[in-house]
Amino acid sequence: MVKEIERAGIPVVHMCTVVPISLTVGANRIVPTIAIPHPLGNPSLTMEEEKDIRRNLLTKALKALETEITEQTVFEK
Amino acid sequence: MLKVVHYINQFFANIGGEEMAHVPAEVREGIVGPGLAFQQAFGEEAEIVATIICGDSYFNENLEEAKQTIINMVKKYSPDLFIAGPAFNAGRYGVACGTIAMAVRDELNIPVLSGMYRENPGADMFKNSIYVVSTKNSAAGMRDAVKKMAPLALKLAKGEKVGASAEEGYMPNGKRVNFFEKERGSRRAVNMLIKKLNGKEFETEFPMPDFDRVDPNPAVKDITKAKIALVTSGGIVPKGNPDHIESSSASKYGKYDIDGIMDLTEADFATAHGGYDPVYANLDPDRVLPVDVLREFEKEGKIGSIHRYFYTTVGNGTAVKNSKAFAEEFAKELLADGVDAVILTST
Repeated sequence: MVKEIERAGIPVVHMCTVVPISLTVGANRIVPTIAIPHPLGNPSLTMEEEKDIRRNLLTKALKALETEITEQTVFEK
Repeated sequence: MLKVVHYINQFFANIGGEEMAHVPAEVREGIVGPGLAFQQAFGEEAEIVATIICGDSYFNENLEEAKQTIINMVKKYSPDLFIAGPAFNAGRYGVACGTIAMAVRDELNIPVLSGMYRENPGADMFKNSIYVVSTKNSAAGMRDAVKKMAPLALKLAKGEKVGASAEEGYMPNGKRVNFFEKERGSRRAVNMLIKKLNGKEFETEFPMPDFDRVDPNPAVKDITKAKIALVTSGGIVPKGNPDHIESSSASKYGKYDIDGIMDLTEADFATAHGGYDPVYANLDPDRVLPVDVLREFEKEGKIGSIHRYFYTTVGNGTAVKNSKAFAEEFAKELLADGVDAVILTST
């Protein structure tokens, strides 16, 4: 899906946990996330701490969308 | 007798499904689960001396640690061969099988073999590095998989010469092997043409390389003015799954209105995905589709706005052809609706 959205001309950031899969599939802007069943959260923390994680990850995603790239780029943790 | 160590996941070890995908690696003496079919096929020639079991999520989330632990486990048995899977169309399992098999070969110098369905992401990642036998897309194809994998396994363990992919059943790995075809070229070509004219499936002998890459689009100029759409393969849907998106092998996607919704809650949303433990996503769907924080960003002016609809499907054994078609269709709508950027989340 990520590739078809990109092909349509819309910049897209892929937020996922298993980065090697994202690279194989062909996503260009990739932000690694926490875990497979809860990419943007962590149930072992409090709700507020989880939201902080989410804020951080989404800030990174926005930054990825604002960054000019020429090849597949993983925006590390 | 040749010694074999077998790697399987928590599901095939009968430990449990997605709710147990977090279990770390353990080793058991002898055969577990699908090892039985391999053992029968090996007969007196080889013995599965140990089975290593690891949860799919554990492996993929703790890559380095899992790899090292499992390599140490394998080393103890100094086997003649390491088999991982078959993983069929289970994505994380396929990636785990390929990763660990390649690591075992590189670190311990032992021949390795895996098996998976051609659309498993692990297939593209590893078919050029290790022998990956092409299997059917579900465990119903176990018998067929073992029939192809067992003879190749014995060959590898004995250090015998491995034939071409078409003869041995592994996925083409880019290496050319000479062999004699039973029929001559002109006959094969005509047979192919007849099949094609009849609309039947045929297999080319000269596949074109598959370089399906899309160049990155230019960056968003001003994110604080941008209209951002949320898309997910994590299966988040309104509670009750009104469009009945399948929990695996999805044949459709959903488009749902989040106008005025500040937070995805347990009461109104849930996941339809059958390929990961749904407990955490069901308790708080924002963990997969982060509407709550994105609304905050919208209010604070960090982004322009959130697009009124989100698009969702279940990325669990879903055919590449289907997901491609879904996104081709809804990307047009996103464009028409003036969406500037997309955040796509996957589980």
